[in-house]
Amino acid sequence: MKQLPRLFMLLAVLLTMQLFLFPMWSITLVAPQYPDGITMFIWIDRITGDTEYTLQNINILNHYVGMKYIEPDSIPELQYFKYVVLAISLLGMGALIANRKYLYLSWFILVALLGALGIYDFYLWEYDYGHNLSETAPIKIPGMVYQPPLIGTKMLLNFEATSLPATGGWLFGTGLMLSLVAFLTYPKTSRR
Amino acid sequence: MKKSGKILSFLALAGFLFYGCQNNAGQKATTTPIGNGDAASQVYVPPGEHDEFYAFLSGGFSGQVTVYGLPSGRLFKIIPVFSQDAEKAWGYNEETKPMLETSFGFIPWDDAHHPELSQTNGVPDGRWLFINGNNTPRVARIDLGTFETTEILEIPNSGGNHSSPFTTENSEYIVAGTRFSVPYPQTDVAINSYKENFKGALSFIKADEPGSMDVSFQILVPGYDYDLAHSGKGKSHGWTFFTSYNTEESHTLKEVNASQNDKDFIAAINWKKAEEYIAAGNFKEMPARYAHNYYNEETHMATSEMKENVKVLIPSECPGLIYYLPTPKSPHGVDVDPTGSYIVGAGKLSADITVHSFDKMIAAIESQAFDGEIDGIPVLKFDAVVEGAVQSGGLGPLHTEFDGNGYAYTTFFISSEVVKWKIGTWEVVDRVPCYYSVGHLMIPGGDSKKPWGKYLVAMNKITKDRYLPTGPELAHSAQLYDISGDKMKLILDFPTMGEPHYAQGIAADVIKDRSKKIYPLEENHHPHATLKEDQVRVERNGNEVHIYMTCIRSHFAPDNIEGVKVGDKVYLHVTNLEQDWDTPHGVSIMGANTSELLIMPGQTETLLWEPKFEGVIPFYCTDFCSALHQEMQGYIRVSAADANTELSWSLGE
Repeated sequence: MKQLPRLFMLLAVLLTMQLFLFPMWSITLVAPQYPDGITMFIWIDRITGDTEYTLQNINILNHYVGMKYIEPDSIPELQYFKYVVLAISLLGMGALIANRKYLYLSWFILVALLGALGIYDFYLWEYDYGHNLSETAPIKIPGMVYQPPLIGTKMLLNFEATSLPATGGWLFGTGLMLSLVAFLTYPKTSRR
Repeated sequence: MKKSGKILSFLALAGFLFYGCQNNAGQKATTTPIGNGDAASQVYVPPGEHDEFYAFLSGGFSGQVTVYGLPSGRLFKIIPVFSQDAEKAWGYNEETKPMLETSFGFIPWDDAHHPELSQTNGVPDGRWLFINGNNTPRVARIDLGTFETTEILEIPNSGGNHSSPFTTENSEYIVAGTRFSVPYPQTDVAINSYKENFKGALSFIKADEPGSMDVSFQILVPGYDYDLAHSGKGKSHGWTFFTSYNTEESHTLKEVNASQNDKDFIAAINWKKAEEYIAAGNFKEMPARYAHNYYNEETHMATSEMKENVKVLIPSECPGLIYYLPTPKSPHGVDVDPTGSYIVGAGKLSADITVHSFDKMIAAIESQAFDGEIDGIPVLKFDAVVEGAVQSGGLGPLHTEFDGNGYAYTTFFISSEVVKWKIGTWEVVDRVPCYYSVGHLMIPGGDSKKPWGKYLVAMNKITKDRYLPTGPELAHSAQLYDISGDKMKLILDFPTMGEPHYAQGIAADVIKDRSKKIYPLEENHHPHATLKEDQVRVERNGNEVHIYMTCIRSHFAPDNIEGVKVGDKVYLHVTNLEQDWDTPHGVSIMGANTSELLIMPGQTETLLWEPKFEGVIPFYCTDFCSALHQEMQGYIRVSAADANTELSWSLGE
């Protein structure tokens, strides 16, 4: 029982590190002529799709309304996110070894803030792609923007766009909560 | 005397008709031929749902194969095989022109008769579909990943390839038998020297490796007409059976002269023995000239090579290689039941169906129960090999397939019906009419070890009043019967393309998940492919101009080209950069003396255009690819032959 908070924290760290193995977020587009949908997965260091050619196919669709091409190489976050994840994993390890109640809380607050920042950053990218449209787009609909929802589903012309955390995102969120649980279950009197 | 003869024959005919009618009436029972009124729901496949079976029907004189769904009877695709197809640029674009090369040069047509699915352990495996060309003897392979023809082999020293391409149990071989015996090798002789100079060739074609289809060996046989074939399965694996007619060796008025012998032959070939003779070097090399054409999926290009000789086995020098089974009345179909025990010969001028036993055949060979021999080929005693006869009550049996539950189904051309009979008792248990004059029939897997015995398709030769009239030429009709119960039930009637002579069916599940969606660009090794838009260019080499073009929704790159001159040979090498299923682009050029191109995602195709006049020539995408499809177009400027317009190309400038 005494080791319980430590165990929670260990899980929190492992569930952070799994971000190297699973995508964080997914955006799915469904339309009558795409019955199976097209799904794009956002990882800490790359963007993939349900097929090898998803990004090309999304870019082809986007170009009709003048959206910029999604080019993973030009998104700086995808270059440095992995170091952030590595850093918070190491910090989590440190907290785990030290096994201090307030280190657990600090880690929770730090990572929660970073996570919120990440989501805000994601929102900015979505805003940018959805609003900064080419002047020469073949299809221009007054007042129409193509920003996908942050979380949830929204119709964008003929496409139903759904944005949700993917496996990695859910697991990461669970890990974050477990660090809070580690703090909350930390025995009041115990020092070690 | 003369008069009474006439009366007698009239009575005989009347007696026959009466007998036939009575027999039909006896089976009439309570149901109409159109089932019990729920036929529509049995063939109804709701919108968006898939059929249970693929059916591949030959196109006969259209040179094509058609792909249908069963039970709906919906047409999915027409696959050009031996015919040019302007829709798909098959035989028109530079990539596929070599597919139609023969020793006679480019032949854009043939008579495609018998599709045959490849098999593994005697069961259709969905890898390939083979089909024969009857006129200029050829066989083809269709890849069932792409539903495209990928290989065509000409058959040398052969006249008409009808008894083909029936497969062995593991597609070790497909076969080809000559329909018209001819001088072997071809030479200038009097036609009435038929009996001395004309020979038949039965060819065994190695087919289990795409790209290396070849005639492994031919067997030189007497100058009969070889009609159909099937290979043994299970215990009879290793044997192939060919029907023959015209054992009279007549060369004129064959409708009479080839119908005189009471019995013709089924030739039983021990092809494993043939392999031994080939391995032992007991063959003759004969001069030949035949084309082998192969479409390489990686280079998206066909090549044609000419082969120069062929190995031939002479029966008199190869004992045990071939035996004749006497079979009544010019047998057409020769069909082996799912266990491989029975060889069913349908004498097309007879009322009965003859069933030979494989075991009895082996016993007869061992005990040398021969009725003489012909050119070194022992003729087995009829009584020693025959197992039974189906007293059908119909007339003109053609072809038999099996349901895997102990029953066989035979088409009768003259009496226009399908007759169901029981294997072993040889009793007729049911019969249904066909509209009209049925040729072949098909049960999915019905010629294999494991039939899916649920449906039967009858392919009719005469249509008459079945559909709305379309002038003198009518689509041939096919009928679908439910054979899952004791009684066959007619549930659908649907039009077919060309003249289907034969068909194959297979459970959709075996094929559909392996169906290719795109050609991956990274696997495109076409020598003139342009894999990225920034690599497009135009090159001149003397009077040849090569345009390296790409297309993607919704533009060509480049779309403005100048510097082409009258008299140039302009090759448009167009790569479709799409990597999404069902997004082909088409290309057509005003005044090009060829077809459009229809380029699948990731594919490269080449159109040859020889501009004849100065001017500015538009080109455009012919396949409605996107909302901006109409905008997908461009111009090529054609200058005078001696003009000095510089070669240039651009997009969006």
